Amino acid sequence: MQSPTVTTRDMSFSQLRGEPAAVAAQGAEPKIKIRNLDFFYGSFQGLKHINLDIHEGMVTAFIGPSGCGKSTLLRTLNRMYDLYPGQRATGEILLNGRNVLDEGQDVNALRAKVGMVFQKPTPFPMSIYENIAFGVRLYESLSRADMDNRVEWALRKAALWDEVKGKLNQSGLSLSGGQQQRLCIARGVAVKPEVLLLDEPTSALDPISTAKVEELVHELKSEYTIAIVTHNMQQAARVSDYTAYMYLGELVEFGLTDEIFIKPKRKETEDYITGRFG
Amino acid sequence: MALETTALYRKRVRTNRLALVLSILAMVIGMGFLAWILAVLLYKGFGALSLTLFTASTPAPGSEGGLANAILGSAAMVGVATFIATPIGILAGVYLSEFGRRGWLAPTTRFINDILLSAPSIVIGVFIYAVYVAQVQHFSGWAGSLALALIAIPVVVRTTENMLNLVPASLREAASALGAPRWKVVLSVVLRAAKAGVLTGILLAIARVSGETAPLLFTALNNQFMSLDLNGPMANLPVVIFQYAMSPYENWNSLAWGGAIIITFGVLCLNILVRTLFRKKI
Repeated sequence: MQSPTVTTRDMSFSQLRGEPAAVAAQGAEPKIKIRNLDFFYGSFQGLKHINLDIHEGMVTAFIGPSGCGKSTLLRTLNRMYDLYPGQRATGEILLNGRNVLDEGQDVNALRAKVGMVFQKPTPFPMSIYENIAFGVRLYESLSRADMDNRVEWALRKAALWDEVKGKLNQSGLSLSGGQQQRLCIARGVAVKPEVLLLDEPTSALDPISTAKVEELVHELKSEYTIAIVTHNMQQAARVSDYTAYMYLGELVEFGLTDEIFIKPKRKETEDYITGRFG
Repeated sequence: MALETTALYRKRVRTNRLALVLSILAMVIGMGFLAWILAVLLYKGFGALSLTLFTASTPAPGSEGGLANAILGSAAMVGVATFIATPIGILAGVYLSEFGRRGWLAPTTRFINDILLSAPSIVIGVFIYAVYVAQVQHFSGWAGSLALALIAIPVVVRTTENMLNLVPASLREAASALGAPRWKVVLSVVLRAAKAGVLTGILLAIARVSGETAPLLFTALNNQFMSLDLNGPMANLPVVIFQYAMSPYENWNSLAWGGAIIITFGVLCLNILVRTLFRKKI
């Protein structure tokens, strides 16, 4: 766990990364605006009145203990919950100003814009090449050469190209766990979404693969808006610009990562971040 | 005190040994009978195997012959039955597993399918006899194929549903998260992931129907001569075995054993073939 000394550190995380400090994007319209969001699993309320802005070109991290609703929140953003009867959301999630919770929203069109990578790597039972091409074919009919280029582009984006370029026709399942996860990221990137949701993308990976995925998040954020759920506090500090701390379905504190980790406004947030939770 | 000497530990060791002995015993009884059946089959049937078995038609009493017409008839009817049962069975299984999550239709279908699965095959034979054979006034290969298909469908439905249920939900979510429509998720990802299992189900169904005798007695009956006309009575291995095994002629008895060995090894070879073909594939 993070040691308490971190609270006295006088450099911000973004400065440690050698970037200009992220500042509250004032004036700019947020990519996603969440307003009064409630979520129900049957009669159990999983999310309570969430209000949150996710800014374009930034990484927003969701942290909090298991069962706090951070994955649930992520799964409302692409309406993943639609697959299961009995789950419903009320309120507003405005993506580019349009409420995605509207009845009339085409969920497949939404998911084309809001991609997702899951906790466990889930390569499809097909070749590495086909794993990437599968999603692309849903939206574009490319020539063989263009598809080859797109697959290479996506695999390069996911820092996987050099490892798999000679075996694109092998099964996606033949890769190692870390490679499979990067394949899933490449698959998500290949359809060129606007937002990328990462649900604990490194919890099943070893430290080296984790580092690669984190670097990737860093690379990708210039072109995509990223939301990441993580149990790893250091990871949230390393990769994110904004952090949301959630507890029991409520948003306890939300702000710039530097502020949340260095001088949180709420006692609960500080306790969780410093490992004095519970 | 060392762990090995405590009373509790010794009791655990004894219980473990007892359970092991009982389960080995159960295995030996089960496998023993299977080995016995196979041994008798090989002993009696091996002598009957010859080239004329595959080239000559079933003989009249007192003359020599083979099983060619019965082999051909069985292959044709099992083939047609599989051709009918596979698409229906897979589609119904897909519905039960992927689309029938809400509502009453899926549970009802599943219940009826389970009844069909355990229905005595003779009932299926009588049913086809009543609705088809009695209407057209003659036995036929089509009627036999239909009866076999009715037996195969519930097997395919059940195994397809079970195999699709084994595909993790995360795979469906991952495909849906890319924006793939439901039918595409099922067709390109879920069915593909369960391919080996679904194929095994079809094989099980083929194995099941290739030995069925009762439904064919009422439907395809038998035919002394070589015939590929599915509209007329058709020779088939199970009914020939049934008739020849109980006949007083020695060469007919021997042909029956030969037929039994052909069915058994036919199914075995089919199993091995498909398993090796699909083991290494993606």
